[in-house]
Amino acid sequence: MLEPTAFNFKKNISKALGDRQLRANLKSAMDGLKTKRLNVFADDDELQQLRILCNAIKKRALSRLPQLLEQLEEKCVQNGIQVHWAETTDAACRIVLDIMKQHGASRLLKGKSMVSEEMHLNQYLQKIGIEAIETDLGEFIIQLDGEPPSHIIVPAVHKNKDQIAKTFHEKIPGAPYTEVVEELNSIARKNLRQKFFEGQIGLSGVNFAVAETGTLCLVENEGNGRMCTTVPSVHVAVMGIEKVVERMEEVPPLLRLLTGSATGQLITTYVNMITSPRKPGEKDGPKEVHLVLLDNGRSKILADAELRQTLYCIRCGTCLNHCPVYTRLGGHAYGFVYPGPIGEILTPQIEGLDVAGELATASTLCNACEEVCPVMIPIPRLIRRMRTESYAKDSSATVKGHGYKTNFLESTVWKLWAKMNTSPWLNSLNSKMLGLLGGLLPKAGPLKAWTSVRSKPKFAAKSLHQRVKERGVNRE
Amino acid sequence: MSSAARDRIMSNIRAAAGDNVEVPATACLPIATYGPQEKIDRLKSLMEAVKTEVHVVSKKDWPTAVKSVLRRRKLKTLLYAPETALGPELEMAWQNDSEGLPELIIYEGDIESFKETLFQTDAAITTTVGAIAETGVVVLWPDSTEPRTMSLVPSVHIAVVDSATIYNSFCEIIQRQSWPEKMPTNAILISGPSKTADIEMTLAFGVHGPKELIVLILK
Repeated sequence: MLEPTAFNFKKNISKALGDRQLRANLKSAMDGLKTKRLNVFADDDELQQLRILCNAIKKRALSRLPQLLEQLEEKCVQNGIQVHWAETTDAACRIVLDIMKQHGASRLLKGKSMVSEEMHLNQYLQKIGIEAIETDLGEFIIQLDGEPPSHIIVPAVHKNKDQIAKTFHEKIPGAPYTEVVEELNSIARKNLRQKFFEGQIGLSGVNFAVAETGTLCLVENEGNGRMCTTVPSVHVAVMGIEKVVERMEEVPPLLRLLTGSATGQLITTYVNMITSPRKPGEKDGPKEVHLVLLDNGRSKILADAELRQTLYCIRCGTCLNHCPVYTRLGGHAYGFVYPGPIGEILTPQIEGLDVAGELATASTLCNACEEVCPVMIPIPRLIRRMRTESYAKDSSATVKGHGYKTNFLESTVWKLWAKMNTSPWLNSLNSKMLGLLGGLLPKAGPLKAWTSVRSKPKFAAKSLHQRVKERGVNRE
Repeated sequence: MSSAARDRIMSNIRAAAGDNVEVPATACLPIATYGPQEKIDRLKSLMEAVKTEVHVVSKKDWPTAVKSVLRRRKLKTLLYAPETALGPELEMAWQNDSEGLPELIIYEGDIESFKETLFQTDAAITTTVGAIAETGVVVLWPDSTEPRTMSLVPSVHIAVVDSATIYNSFCEIIQRQSWPEKMPTNAILISGPSKTADIEMTLAFGVHGPKELIVLILK
């Protein structure tokens, strides 16, 4: 397991870049996802209209978050869903554990949920001897290898079928070695079907929660999510408080953008909308449905008008697929649950800049993420905000752990740099010196680090100022 | 414990969202409209693209279509709900001739007692509350007569759609059927058999849900 305390971004990056297999696996998957997304959004005008609409839906929902959460709670309770509130991931884990204890359950069947990853629920339960079984195929694969997901939507995207064949053969009793994708699928189906049959408690995430009706919407292709939320007698849904939307009518446009952006699908195989536990007379469905609402720093993010846009995110993962940095590193290098551009702004705000601020350096600010983001989060601007606040000691900064990068040497260097470039005679002296001696600079200190992956800068013998002075300007 | 947490979270959120200007409510985007035949064609082609088997059949002899679909597959059991409009017609059709057809079975008791049989059932046939042409899905509102697991656990799911209930878009079905006022325990949109692309982005069908989805559009 990746422990945040052991987070060494530079080391992770070197390791990822050196892994040719990883880069090949990622490249083919990311290229495929980008092409499929473009095909499903062939009409750019329609896409832009949808983005504007969904941005407005999220903006309004967050501006009315207190009312919407109260309404959601009230409706859920009316419908028979039990609502729990958790300020921290630990508290959320305890709530899940308590529900399990009440039912004497020793095994949890899990549908795919990023919030449960954020909670580190599996490890929490494992420590007290409770088995949490991932049932989404991608999650199932990485759980066998004891790895965290490397992508929000495609958790095992870093592995190829040969690697998966080996894992299945070694870790699943009685599984033959096969590299045929269909056969690997049926091994997983057979293995998990028995677990679904026996399952007492199922857990899922939530894609959208509708305040108007108290409905939890879940999107999936495999049917494992429906299994976890239908067959066991107890269903626990975990969601971040930002996932609430106001009205049922807002779900279709959000859904269209979510599935299109995530996997290039017009719609997923299943859209599962859960409004209550089993009613009297009904023959199946869980007898109890629990909803755990997790804050974990979100209410703090909400307080800053600019940073609040981080909470628009619908977890489609398309910013990962389009990021020149993510597509070369994969998710594990980022060291925390949410990788890629969204992780670079979300993680530092949740964990603190002093813990995870370095993530914001993993961007070329090329703007690809902002251009594709379905809810129009200005990710590059927020990355710059993280970078600025990393140096901001004063009280204007709001992100936890801000100012952690401030140091005397660096601020002195920048002061001198500013002085040099605002004073004509110092600037001209500096140009001359660099022209004469720049080529002789020893590759040591910061220059050594800089040139380890870049070519050494070449300084012109004469500065532009000097050449203009000598030759004049040729106005054409 | 939880309610103290609730109060703290709510008071944080109230403080955080307090200074906010009112953001206007949004409306659905204008929706594409399709003619009656266009709806059928679009639904069929979109669903076929994700490996659903779609048959457009006449209202009178849909049981014949069900029979031919099932005969090709050589299945042992078909789960159906006698109380639906489909039920009596199926029973009649089976009485006339059940050669090479699966045995009709019903969902006896609740899932706790029926589970063993349910997980061994080959196929199930259900009604739908409609379909959506824009994205190519059938819409189910399972209830006490047609439990949720009917369209989930058996390997083959047959869904019957009346062509008059094909709506243009998801927004339209929500509005026209007044969903916000009467959401059922579970509403489900289904576009095809269960699938995954989690291994090398290679699409494979039949993971945890039904391996085959067959849609009959009654015209």
